Amino acid sequence: MEIHVIHYLIISTVMMFCGIYGFFTRRNLLALLISVELMLNATNINFAVFNRYLFPDQLEGHFFSLFGIAIAAAETAVAIAIIINVYRNVKQVLTDDITDLKG
Amino acid sequence: MDYTILILALPALSFLVLALAGMKMSHRVAGMLGTLSLGIVAVLSYMTAFSYFTAERTSEGVYPTLEPWNFEWLPFTSSLHIDMGILLDPISVMMLVVISTVSLMVHIYSFGYMKGEVGFQRYYAFLSLFTFSMLGLVVATNIFQMYVFWELVGVSSYLLIGFYYTKPEAIAASKKAFIVTRFADLGFLIGILIYGYYMNTFTFTPTEEQLMHAGMVLPWALGLMFVGGAGKSAMFPLHIWLPDAMEGPTPVSALIHAATMVVAGVYLVARMFPLFIGFAPNALHMVAYVGAFTAFYAAAVACAQSDIKRVLAFSTISQIGFMMVALGVCTAADPHEGGLGYMAGMFHLFTHAMFKALLFLGAGCIIHAVHSNEMETMGGLRKYMPITHITFLIACLAIAGIPPFSGFFSKDEILTACFQFSPVIGWVMTIIAGMTAFYMFRLYYGIFWGKENKELHEHHTPHESPLSMTFPLMFLALITLVAGFIPFGHYVSSNGHAYDIHLDWSVAGTSIVVAVIAIALATWMYAREKQPVAEMLAKRFSTLHRAAYRRFYMDEIWMFVTKRIIFRCISTPLAWFDRHVVDQFMNFMAWSTNAAGESAQPIQNGRIQSYTQWFLGGIVVLTIILLIF
Repeated sequence: MEIHVIHYLIISTVMMFCGIYGFFTRRNLLALLISVELMLNATNINFAVFNRYLFPDQLEGHFFSLFGIAIAAAETAVAIAIIINVYRNVKQVLTDDITDLKG
Repeated sequence: MDYTILILALPALSFLVLALAGMKMSHRVAGMLGTLSLGIVAVLSYMTAFSYFTAERTSEGVYPTLEPWNFEWLPFTSSLHIDMGILLDPISVMMLVVISTVSLMVHIYSFGYMKGEVGFQRYYAFLSLFTFSMLGLVVATNIFQMYVFWELVGVSSYLLIGFYYTKPEAIAASKKAFIVTRFADLGFLIGILIYGYYMNTFTFTPTEEQLMHAGMVLPWALGLMFVGGAGKSAMFPLHIWLPDAMEGPTPVSALIHAATMVVAGVYLVARMFPLFIGFAPNALHMVAYVGAFTAFYAAAVACAQSDIKRVLAFSTISQIGFMMVALGVCTAADPHEGGLGYMAGMFHLFTHAMFKALLFLGAGCIIHAVHSNEMETMGGLRKYMPITHITFLIACLAIAGIPPFSGFFSKDEILTACFQFSPVIGWVMTIIAGMTAFYMFRLYYGIFWGKENKELHEHHTPHESPLSMTFPLMFLALITLVAGFIPFGHYVSSNGHAYDIHLDWSVAGTSIVVAVIAIALATWMYAREKQPVAEMLAKRFSTLHRAAYRRFYMDEIWMFVTKRIIFRCISTPLAWFDRHVVDQFMNFMAWSTNAAGESAQPIQNGRIQSYTQWFLGGIVVLTIILLIF
């Protein structure tokens, strides 16, 4: 079976909605972080695929994927630092208990 | 004449130094600094006057109008601009001499009078500020500069009346003076704006074309300016602030509320005189009627006052009324035919400044000796205070119009001018001059003759004041003795040409006879220990006496007008509108913003996931919108 653009998009869509679902339902901050990674990688796949199929002689989409990966790495580092600090302060990483920033 | 700038700069500088660093100085240094700078200013003023009046007249036979300094301060258009500068012409030079002389005498006098007072340095700083403002007013090159200094004079008057700021009466008096004069200045300002708007200039000497442009509006502008002048010069019914202003230190009353500031209104009319006489003779005659009524009213009130400074205050109002009448009765610019009053008014301004300052300073010595303003506590002081007694008597004779004292000559010119205008005004003013002699000698006998206040003398014998206080008295008395012989008409006259003062003996004789009768009457009534006639009259006409004592209820009438009519009918509804409509609208705005915030607040619940749900919802909505359109 030939692998067509639609198959890639199905995978990325499934990943995207898994991420969104995970972000809404999970209560653990680390699980939220993993969900965000899923969403980011779904978009990276989209960039690479559209570049590959629509503009095969150009590289912008690939570069955007690389950017996305770098930003995801940086974001993960910052987020883990925040989570560690939150844990040190409130001894908790569940979102239900971290509501101090309410208006 | 470049040095004239120093006349303005020195008092300004001494004010700055005394105001900023005065509290660090000793009383002596601060006083010396102020007096020294004023001394230099006085010398410079005399030099200016000497070189100005000895210089050549122009080919038309008048003294030239000089402008040694002038710079454009605020340009609006090519012809409409506000300048700051120095203008020298006969009346401004004459005023320089008057102001610097009286101010210097008051500075010297205050050394003795204010000795040891708290705020001595502040007092000298304010005196410097006042002198600066007053000098700036008289040398103004245009009407707007005059207005600027006019307000500065008002502020310094306010500060000095309220000098004893721990006394509630002084605070009330200073506020009253400021508000009443400021209210009148509103008229002045509107007059200036009309003048500037229609004439396109602020100068005193507009061109023919500019005058054509103004046309019918000019009399209104001049009339409104006179309202401002009437406020400063305490013309009826805006005179109510001046008697209360006597709450200030007595030397201040001598300087500001007798000799200089209160004649600013007269000076203003004299300054605008060419325009008045040329384009608004009716407005000028209004000035005369207002002046005559004020002179009569104030003289009547002065006859019944018991506070010596109040008597002098009403006498000042009355005499300023004389000057206004003198200016107002002019019918032409030529002093030989109807323009005599201008010269007479200016002459009276000059002589009055000297002898009225002398009277106030003398009153200061008396108050200093007996520690009271009331005439009942005095009496028989002539033995204890010989210098004050003699100088006070000279001033009384001068104001009563007895030759050869200066007041006789100037008042006689005024009466002559009045008779030329209309015999009715002439006779009215002659009678008022008689009243002047009467109340002044009532005051004189009440202070220096009559019954001695033994009770007071037992624990505190009155004594003559120190030399710093008696020297100004003697100096001013000397001027009062000789000033009448100055050929004043040679220097100042309505069209600038030299005018020889010649006494009209029919007028002069009448006024002398009236004055002598009035003095004799006062002697008969008040010179003895017991005063049966005066008491009988006061009892017989008790309503009239009480009315005169209460100043014919003018303060009460003003209170009624302001409190009952203006406050109740205008201010209260305005306050209601402000509180219930304007404020409430603002309150509603604040309340609705707050309520919107309150209702949006539950969304901010601190749960990340609920935020993201809103976020996702937003994205979905935006996507749908994009898909549809």
